[in-house]
Amino acid sequence: MTVNETLAQASNAMVYGAMTAFTGAMVAFSISLAKGRRLETLEESAQRSSSSYQVRKGSTATLDKPAVSTSVSDGQDRGEGRRAGNIGLALTWLGTILIGSALLFRGLSAGRPPIGNMYEFSLAAGFAVALTYCLMSISRDLRWLGVFIAIPVLLDLGLALAVLYTDSAQLVPALNSYWLAIHVSAAVVCLGAFTIGAALSGLYLVAQTAEDRVVAGKEPGRSAAIAQRIPSADRLDLMSYRIHAFMFPIWTFAVIAGAIWAEAAWGRYWGWDPKETWAFITWVIYAAYLHARATAGWRGKKAAYVAIAGYAAILFNYFIVNIYVQGLHSYSGL
Amino acid sequence: MRIALILLFLLALASVPGSIFPQRGTSPLRVNEFLKDNPTSGPILDRLYMFDVFASPWFASIYLLLFISLTGCVLPRALEHFKEMRSQPPVAPKNLSRLPAHIQWQSSAAVAKVVSETSTAWKKRGWRVRQGEDWLSAEKGYSRETGNLVFHLALLVLLIAVGFGGAVGYRGTVIVREDSGFANNVTQYDTFAPGRMFGADELPPFSFELKEFAATFQRGGQQNGAPREFRAELMVKDNPSVEPRPVTVEVNHPLRTSGITVYLVGHGYAPEFTIRDESGKVVWEDASIFLPQDSAFTSSGVIKVPDTVPQLGIQGFFLPTVSEDFSNGPVSKFPAADNPEVYISAWQGDLGLDSGMPQSVYRLDTENMKRIGIEELAPGDTWNLPNSGGTLEFTGYRKWASFVITKDPGKGWALGAAIASIVGLSLSLLIPRRRAWLRVTASGNGGNLIEVAGLSKTEAPGLADEISQLAKLVNAPEENNDR
Ligand code: HEM
Repeated sequence: MTVNETLAQASNAMVYGAMTAFTGAMVAFSISLAKGRRLETLEESAQRSSSSYQVRKGSTATLDKPAVSTSVSDGQDRGEGRRAGNIGLALTWLGTILIGSALLFRGLSAGRPPIGNMYEFSLAAGFAVALTYCLMSISRDLRWLGVFIAIPVLLDLGLALAVLYTDSAQLVPALNSYWLAIHVSAAVVCLGAFTIGAALSGLYLVAQTAEDRVVAGKEPGRSAAIAQRIPSADRLDLMSYRIHAFMFPIWTFAVIAGAIWAEAAWGRYWGWDPKETWAFITWVIYAAYLHARATAGWRGKKAAYVAIAGYAAILFNYFIVNIYVQGLHSYSGL
Repeated sequence: MRIALILLFLLALASVPGSIFPQRGTSPLRVNEFLKDNPTSGPILDRLYMFDVFASPWFASIYLLLFISLTGCVLPRALEHFKEMRSQPPVAPKNLSRLPAHIQWQSSAAVAKVVSETSTAWKKRGWRVRQGEDWLSAEKGYSRETGNLVFHLALLVLLIAVGFGGAVGYRGTVIVREDSGFANNVTQYDTFAPGRMFGADELPPFSFELKEFAATFQRGGQQNGAPREFRAELMVKDNPSVEPRPVTVEVNHPLRTSGITVYLVGHGYAPEFTIRDESGKVVWEDASIFLPQDSAFTSSGVIKVPDTVPQLGIQGFFLPTVSEDFSNGPVSKFPAADNPEVYISAWQGDLGLDSGMPQSVYRLDTENMKRIGIEELAPGDTWNLPNSGGTLEFTGYRKWASFVITKDPGKGWALGAAIASIVGLSLSLLIPRRRAWLRVTASGNGGNLIEVAGLSKTEAPGLADEISQLAKLVNAPEENNDR
């Protein structure tokens, strides 16, 4: 079977379209962020969370029967930033659909799952980040997070086109297996969601730093410029934790699916190939994050650093190991 | 918990050198190269096990400590959890309104009726309920802890399965030419790596013949020459007393029979030569395995003919699609055999086979030999060997395929443990653990104050929702105060 060039070119055009949409989204979200304000002042958040964990739990408002579902508020008042935020959100949806279609066309052009080399894998990862964000923002107001999503997606797409680009082609036999779709798509979904998790952990660090300074009686400092426009530190920490806790079993599945595939393709299910080693390291770091969250003296900032280290390991595995390290996983197409 | 955390970090850190330095287990040749290139640092690194990280004592001590601390933590927790599962939820705190979720309203329904009907309704929704005279206490989500225990136990099982499989199993490689066969015993393998507790009688008596090997490659475009399909057609005899059956082995589709697995891992060409001495007698007639040197399958190999005087050696290249110019040496430009040629040199002298030193079949020791000529041949060509009166005919080529054959009896256990770990993990991270209470208090004027409250023992969202759902199940309507 040959490659359909028309479809492959259409796919490339869509990637450029998606980049345009995300550039617009980035601008709109920046405006929205600049105009937004958190409902609580830094002082209020700091006071609320500086009283201990237990007491904080006891301070939630009383509900009235027959109260209907109370959706969790992120404590944000977008006020004037609302319009810009909505434009950003619409452009993000558009960009997401464009990357999705670019992937679809790429797959159709070669008649196989479009995750066979680093270019396609990067498109899929950008798609996973953007789609996760879109889906999450259906049930909550995440306009404040938009710019922190649009920027990594733009970087990812730019890198894909400028550095990783490979013509559409069929697969080498080693990849020609239904495990490609299972193992790699699970890995891509994790990459996407962990990107958002890392962004939240980073923002948490900013907010926590600002709140800590307020508690210590210092000027809030530079971190306050962002901290005042995003939810409170404890809220960010919780959101980040929930994403990581939800994704960790899926990441485990991705690694195990890789092992099952390795058993069928290479004659052993685990052989400490560099890619496997870094998948293992990533897995152990995220496991450590979950442990840290449950260990006194480690939750809070330290745990957030661990989560970010886990994400750094993912990026290392993707860029450094794929391109520079010799191993069985040398399918980057570069 | 803190110890486990530190050990986890150590484990991650300890794995890093394993991905930076070449490892003996996966790439022994690159380790030798590294040692040659770094004569000073190499041996020091070697002494620190940097080339055997995952088999090193320090790596083992980290994960063994981790698993000891795991066992020490899991067993007591399992006992405690077992007790908790059989005991009753704790009684309600005095002041329900201080709990994270709290709902209250006035009702005139009878206390006993409210309590018993609510109890039934809550039980139906999967809560464990303890009933008092005018209160209920309920708990949900025990499977969270169960899942957590399953996960950690599964990790232990996984470790044991990996160790056991490695010790009892084996891994061997073999190259087989088309129309040749392989029988499963140790002498037939090119390399054979048994586990520490492996017994040779564990080799099941199967055999196969390679009927045909087919490869297709991308033609044209950016990825010209990239492989697209490999397929080996075998006739397999699962044991000596049965009829052979045809089996196709492909990459990603190994052959599984009697506990062993046969993987297709490589392929190449074996040019066929017929060599005659000056009297016309055939002194050599075979297809020799040539090893691919590049992605276009420029393949190199040698032939040793010990029975002529002086002895004869041939070395050179098989080029499946010969390129037009040899300015960079003889090379192939495409991996398929579109226009095959050999480019070989002939040597006379002493092959050195009697020196007692084992020799590689892929290298010619030319120390005591003299080159008598170089020639380029297409299939069917005959070369009159200079200085010897003999001839060499390039009659064609066969293909060969290489196979990895393994036995790992721990595999199934490892898979089971891996699946159990995912299930356990999902339960443990996604199931919310919650407590809820109902209290009915007489509030004078014949009415009752009904309170429903709850708390979450985990950080799962939706507590308020769940408590208001529970409140709706309380069969005590709100009182109309206007009456
Ligand atoms: C023990 C087994 C395996 C592990 C732990 C593993 C791990 C991973 C991880 C973590 C990724 C995530 C993406 C990233 O961060 O770069 C990945 C991607 C990938 N894996 Fe595996 N893998 C295993 C086996 C396999 C096998 C057997 C194959 C195919 C023959 C395979 C092919 C791929 C491909 C094609 C990608 C994505 C493309 C790319 O990164 O360029 N993996 N693997």
